[in-house]
Amino acid sequence: MGALTVDLQASSVRELNAELHTPTATSYEVLDPKGAHAIAAGVHHPIDVQVRGHAGYYCAGMNDGGAITVHGSVGTGVAENMMSGTVRVRGDASQSAGATAHGGLLVIEGSASMRCGISMKGVDIVVGGDIGPMSAFMAQAGRLVVCGDAGDDLGDSIYEARIYVRGKVGSLGADCVEKPVRDEHRAELAELLAAAGLDHEPGEFRRFGSARRLYHFAAHNTY
Amino acid sequence: MCGIVGLHLRDPALYPRLGRLLESMLCQVVERGPDSAGVAVYGDRRRCPEGHAAVSVLDAPPDLAARLPDALVTAAGDTTVVAAPLSVDALVDAVRAAAPDVTVVGSGTDLTVYKGTGHPRALAATYDLASAEGWQGLAHTRMATESAVTPEGCHPFSVGPDQCLVHNGSFANHATIRRDLRRDGVVFDSENDSEVGARFVASRLAQGEDLDKALRLLCERFDGFYTLLVTSADGFAVVRDAIACKPAIIAETTGWVAMASEFRALAELPGIEDARIYEPEPEKVYAWVR
Repeated sequence: MGALTVDLQASSVRELNAELHTPTATSYEVLDPKGAHAIAAGVHHPIDVQVRGHAGYYCAGMNDGGAITVHGSVGTGVAENMMSGTVRVRGDASQSAGATAHGGLLVIEGSASMRCGISMKGVDIVVGGDIGPMSAFMAQAGRLVVCGDAGDDLGDSIYEARIYVRGKVGSLGADCVEKPVRDEHRAELAELLAAAGLDHEPGEFRRFGSARRLYHFAAHNTY
Repeated sequence: MCGIVGLHLRDPALYPRLGRLLESMLCQVVERGPDSAGVAVYGDRRRCPEGHAAVSVLDAPPDLAARLPDALVTAAGDTTVVAAPLSVDALVDAVRAAAPDVTVVGSGTDLTVYKGTGHPRALAATYDLASAEGWQGLAHTRMATESAVTPEGCHPFSVGPDQCLVHNGSFANHATIRRDLRRDGVVFDSENDSEVGARFVASRLAQGEDLDKALRLLCERFDGFYTLLVTSADGFAVVRDAIACKPAIIAETTGWVAMASEFRALAELPGIEDARIYEPEPEKVYAWVR
């Protein structure tokens, strides 16, 4: 069990993923990805995958236990529906990063585009730069940490996820409100920043979450 | 779906490579739109010589060249390109007089448009895209949703001189806006929703507004999903709908500005490793002038 190198100009993504699903090595280098889709999707072994270049849609989707690093930027839906493990993007991420993910840690060292953490269900997402509009839309559980700014409509229709933002927030979505930062929040922030390898003072972040006003109908029907 | 690629060259040393670069970009978005493909090339003087106009038509009769003995007539699949040393309007009139049943799908003094149904990779060969030169070009691969798979429904929509529009998405209120434009005398070639966008932009440009203003007005008026790439005689502009439903990515270097639906279409461009790469924000118009 050693290291394997797969050049995506010589092998197909399907061949790469078949190897990663029944791994014969513990660590992999993926070369020349050139924006191909679904690179390292469906990994469910504790393997290390280093992608050298930019990846396309759904990179590291459904990851369950792998440690996947992209030395470049990623397209839509990186680590979507991740269950566990770590996905690290050294560059930027397109839309819907970490969508519906249940667990694990997603680190985006650059910025993430719109709908980052949409419908997140337990994942931790740490973004070194900014996030785009409509992020954490319908977020249900987990933590989203943003070291830069957040775009408009942050946390629209949010359930129970916790959002931390160090920079400016464009605007808050429906039912998302600012909440006080207590010691337990500073402690979890310190932990998440350390896990992501980002050096920021937890005291610089503001916290946002659900006002829980959308949990029940309030139509005041009179008939 | 649908795939969009566009390239606006800043470095004249790249002009001879426009077609090859555009073809490699187009081939990366084939899966996004396998029904049809269209291409527009700006500044290819072999296709539209200096002092000439070029008019692209569909449904050309096989003897069109014989009917237009003074013109350069080139068949490329569903499209036939006619070039002659006339004004754009005069050439359009001459083509229509010679072949009344054709549909004009592109015209200009610096622009050549091709569109047709079939596999985009095969169409790129039909259009001889690889040999194209010039300073700007765009291409579109179509997965039809709003109207039939026909050459008329293929993009780009080139409905004003040296103008082109390609669209990924679908307009919801196109029938209403088409009715309004028809009332103002605008004539349509298809039932396609994207054509309404192109006609709207052309009507604004004809009123003297610039591309930036025309697209901001489009955002106010049109409802639906869209990533649009619009080109004119001197520019290149990108805009997305309010929730940025359809993907878009822009890359810029000192040598070029490129836009595509996906990064992989940009991956082979020279100097991409040092490009500034970003996604356009919702309802913000990004425009570059030559």
